[in-house]
Formats: sequence, structure tokens, C-alpha cells
Amino acid sequence: MIDGNLAIDCRGLVKVYDGKVRAVDGLDLQVRRGECFGLLGPNGAGKTTTVEILEGLNQPTDGDVRVLGRRWRDDERALRERIGLSLQETLFIDRLTVEETLRLFRSFYTHGPSVDELLAKVSLEEKRRALTMKLSGGQKQRLAVGCALAGDPELLFLDEPTTGLDPQSRRQLWEVIAQLVRAGRTVVLTTHYMDEAERLCDRVAVVDRGKVIALGTPKELIATLGGSEVVEVVADGALDEGALGHVDGVRGVRPLPDAPPGQGVTLNVDGLEVALPAILDALRGWGRRPTVLRTHRATLEDVFVHLTGRQLRD
Amino acid sequence: MTNASLAQLRELTLMRLRTFFREPSAVFWTYGFPLLLTVALGVAFRERPPDPVEVAVVDDDAQAAPGAAAALARALAATPSEAHATTLPRAAAERALFAGKVSVVVVPPSASGDRPRTYLYDPQRPDARLAERIADDLLQAADGRRDAAPTRHETTRAPGARYVDFLLPGLIGFNLMSSGLWGVGYVLVELRYRRQMKRFVATPMRRGLFLLSFVLMRLVFLLIELPTLLLFGALAFGVPMRGSLPLLVGIATLGSLVFAGMGLLVASRARNLATVGGLINLATLPMTIASGVFFAASRFPEAVQPLIQALPLTALIDAMRANMLEGAGLADLARPLAILGAWGLVCFGAALRLFRWHG
Repeated sequence: MIDGNLAIDCRGLVKVYDGKVRAVDGLDLQVRRGECFGLLGPNGAGKTTTVEILEGLNQPTDGDVRVLGRRWRDDERALRERIGLSLQETLFIDRLTVEETLRLFRSFYTHGPSVDELLAKVSLEEKRRALTMKLSGGQKQRLAVGCALAGDPELLFLDEPTTGLDPQSRRQLWEVIAQLVRAGRTVVLTTHYMDEAERLCDRVAVVDRGKVIALGTPKELIATLGGSEVVEVVADGALDEGALGHVDGVRGVRPLPDAPPGQGVTLNVDGLEVALPAILDALRGWGRRPTVLRTHRATLEDVFVHLTGRQLRD
Repeated sequence: MTNASLAQLRELTLMRLRTFFREPSAVFWTYGFPLLLTVALGVAFRERPPDPVEVAVVDDDAQAAPGAAAALARALAATPSEAHATTLPRAAAERALFAGKVSVVVVPPSASGDRPRTYLYDPQRPDARLAERIADDLLQAADGRRDAAPTRHETTRAPGARYVDFLLPGLIGFNLMSSGLWGVGYVLVELRYRRQMKRFVATPMRRGLFLLSFVLMRLVFLLIELPTLLLFGALAFGVPMRGSLPLLVGIATLGSLVFAGMGLLVASRARNLATVGGLINLATLPMTIASGVFFAASRFPEAVQPLIQALPLTALIDAMRANMLEGAGLADLARPLAILGAWGLVCFGAALRLFRWHG
């Protein structure tokens, strides 16, 4: 069954390297047209392998992949005209200028915006005559996006577009990506930054060990934690997880990674103003003193830890 | 070819030209280095009278008559164009001989007459045998020997027979080989290694045009390399060009294509720069030595001649030398040109089959 609203329909994807390493292990993925879809997962989860198979740059060991309703094997040329992408850590040709690089990429496509339009889209007008080797990390990533847009693609793949960038460059790039999504393009982006996924993506697939372990909007995924805030406590002695679960406002309890065994917990809570005093009262009642007390709004990072018991970034 | 394809080919070729000319070291190795090499070798083998042979006369021999060494040295020095003599103690003279500073050592005869005048030299060294003959001739003449028959000696120095004339076509061939292999092979692997090739392959870029741009770039460079070296050779050393110039350009173009194809072939599978560097050295080193760049390929033993004659650089240099120095025409060059053509077909054919675009 072909669903015309799907930009990507991928079922039972498997990639085995050297006959033993299962980088992708039966992954299913449906990306709708016009949405910004995030693949979130730690390094080595299989995100890049998955994306490169979707981009037709890597052959799956097994599974069925349709991109824009077509298969790579049958329609490679037509598909290449309709997708754009940026690879992880793009290296450019050092001694070409920004403008020359864009002109080169533009020449590969039958249709697309002018070089001036591309420069404007990624805010590199002032750098048009700069050699790519002289660009900052953020400027290079924006140039990579500019190259990805050279054929006015319907579907855009961005592999870790902001990894290694400073906060300001990241925000600048987010703005560029958000504009593309507003303009109706389908964007698939991989990241291991949960804030990036929350900010940009309509839907997120959490990937771990080559499988999708959770799928939904960032809000839905966070809602599975049971509370919108997270409280992390480490005490000067053992804590009773069961009892903590019955404290006012607490919706979920699990051990805190990296804390002494039995002494640290992560609590998902609703209504911090009620839950926090209740938690402190309970600790006092058991004669425990908190040595660490942290709270933050629940994020996709918490979802990942909740699902796998591991941190997203190690 | 459609306008879109032409635009693509133009951008790809411009990319190569821009990156080349913006890389000063690449420009030096392609143009500066062969010119410097020609100058250096041209100066080393510049036209001048032949050097006199270096002779040492032993002046501390206990059995020799006093003053014998000085007399021998004077007799040798009487003809300064032929010999240059130094008097040295025996030990120093032998050291100078072993070090190659003198070619022959002369020991004066013993005063008693039971040991004749003696020459010490290594007959394996061509210069030593010549020096021994010249020194003995000069000393025998000084002793009063007369020529048995009158002789006359006529010498010629024709342009075209000098070392620099021999060298220039060799250097041009060498240059076409190394710039083809490095400029195509190395650069392609660099693009693959830096994952730029993968990025290109992710676009609808015509892969054939991408490879064609490398070949085109080599032909553009040929139009700069060839006139530079030919003009320099003609103006600085008067190297002759006896054959047809269009034919010479044709030979060089064919050679350039062959080595561009060989560059594609070495780049077809290599994933990193060390591998392709090794492959290029593996291909160029035997040809640099055996194909007659610096000395005639015919110096190698008869048994390996078929192998050497089949090398593309041998064919290229032979054809260029025959054209420039002997004025050979197309018909005379059928054999080397056929060898080059065969290499071109094999290299391009294999490269296009083996070329790895992904990974």
C-alpha cells in the first residue's frame, strides 16, 4: 500500500556491517510530507546509517525503503533532483569561495533558486567571496544547508546540522531550518541534542541500538513521563523509592544514574510548587538530608533516560 | 550535449582549475620544478671544452730519483687542456684516488731502474681508463716517443646531439606523467577521502561529466605546460624542433590522456591518500628510471627491453625525441603511438569499470 502523504516510508530496515555489526536492526519509519521529523539518539545509535540509506548513499541489508513514493533502485536520478541533504561534518573544497561552491552545486540540478537567492536563504551574502576554508563552523553548516537547497528540494535531510556549534550559531541555523519548514518542505534531521529536536521537530523518533524505541510529538513523548517537571535528589543515605512514589505531585520514580546506589532518584512531578515542599518534608521525616537537589522542565533527554536507563550523551 | 550538461562541465572544470591555481605548491611542482630541473641540468652539461683529467704524482717514494716526481708533474702540466697534475705523498694520493678526486696516480720509476713508471687506477671507472691513457700518452711523448702515422682530428658540436637536447623531451614526458597521475589520481582520492565525492554523488550530477572534467583540466594544463617547456628549451638552450609542431602537440595530447586515464585507474579504488600515493609511486618510479627520461632506455639489458619498450612513458618519450630531434613523421611513429593508444584504452576501460563512487 502506497500512502501518497508519506515523504518516507521505510519498513523493516536492517543494515549489517561485515556480517556481524547490526547498525540498524529492523527499523520502521514513516515521515509525512511537510513535517519536520527528528531522529534523536546517542552517537552510534544507527541514525547516520539510517539516514544514508534513506538518502540512497548506502545499501540496506534488508527492508523496504520508499522515498517520495519511489525506490532508489528504480528512480535514482529523479530522486536526486528532488532531495537535498547535508552530510555529517561536511568538508568543502578549501580553495573555492562560497559563491563558487553554490554555483557548482546549482549546476548539478535542472531547477532551483539562483545563487543570490541561495546566499540570502542561508544569510551568507557577506561571505560570498570568502574561501570555504576561512569560514567559521556555523558559516560552514549554513553553506552546507545552502548546497542542500540548490535543487529546491521537496525533501531535505540534515545530519547533525548543529553538532559542535556555539549557541549563537545554533540558534541562527535553527532559524534557517524553521523557515524551510514554514515554507512547506519536508525535513528529516538527526541530532543528539534534545532541545534542538523539541524546538524544531513536529515529530521525533527516539532511536537506540538500531531501533525506534519511541515515536511521537515532543509533547507526547514528554507526557509519557507522567509529569512536566523533573526533580533529581541525592540524599546522605538510602532512599525508599516506593514511598517517594506516594508523595504529593510525584508521578514517577526511577534511580538517578551516576548517583551512589540507592541514594539518588529522579522524580517526575506535576506542580513543582506542591511537590517540592512535600518531597523535602518526606526526606526530613525519614531523617535524610539532600546533598544534591536539582529541578528542570522535563525534556526529551529525560524520555531517553527513562526508556534506556542511559544518558543521551555519554 | 545539452546546455545544462555544458554548464555542469564548465563548473566542474573551473573547480579544478581554481583549486589548482590557488594552491601555490601545486603550481610550483607542475611548472617551476621542471623548469628549475632543466636549468640545473642544462648548466651542469653546458657547452665547454672537455675537462682535463686529474692526475696525482707521488712525491715521497724512497726509491725514486730526487726531482723525478716534479719532472713528471711538469711534463703533464705542459698540456693543461689535457691533464691537471698535483704532487702528493703516496698515502694522500691513494686517498684522493679512492675519493674520486684524481682519476689516476703516477709513481715515478725507481732510480735503480728495476721498477718502471707505474700507474695506479681502477679500470672499472671509465674516467680512470681515459686518464691513464692520456697521462701515459703525454709522458711517453715527453720521453721522446714519436707517432707512427700522421693524424688529423676534427671535432663537431651539432645542436640536437647534446645532453640537454636529449633531456628536454624526457622531462616533458616525465612532467606529463607525474602531473597526470598526481593531478587526477591524487586529487580524486582526496575528494573521496574528504567525502566531497560522496556529497557530489548525492546530487543528480552526471558522473561521467565529473570524470571528464579531470581529463579536460589535464588538456588545459597541457596547453600551458608544453609551450612553457618547449619555449624555454628553444630560447635558453637552442633545443631544435625538427619535426612537425602539430604532430608534437598531438603526441603530447595522447600522452597526457593516457596518464590521465592511469590517474583515474589508480584512484578508482583507493580510499586514502597513503594508498594512492603508494600506487602512484609504484607506477611512476619504474618508468622514471627505465623509460629514458635521463638516459637512454637502450642502456638496459636486452632481456628487459620488450618490457621497457611497452611502457607508456618509453613510447611517449621515444615519439617526442624522434619528432623533435630527428624530425620523424606520423608514419615513423606508428609503433609508439599504437602503444600509447593501447595503454589509454586499457586504463580508461579498467578505471570506468572499477571506479568506486560510494564509501
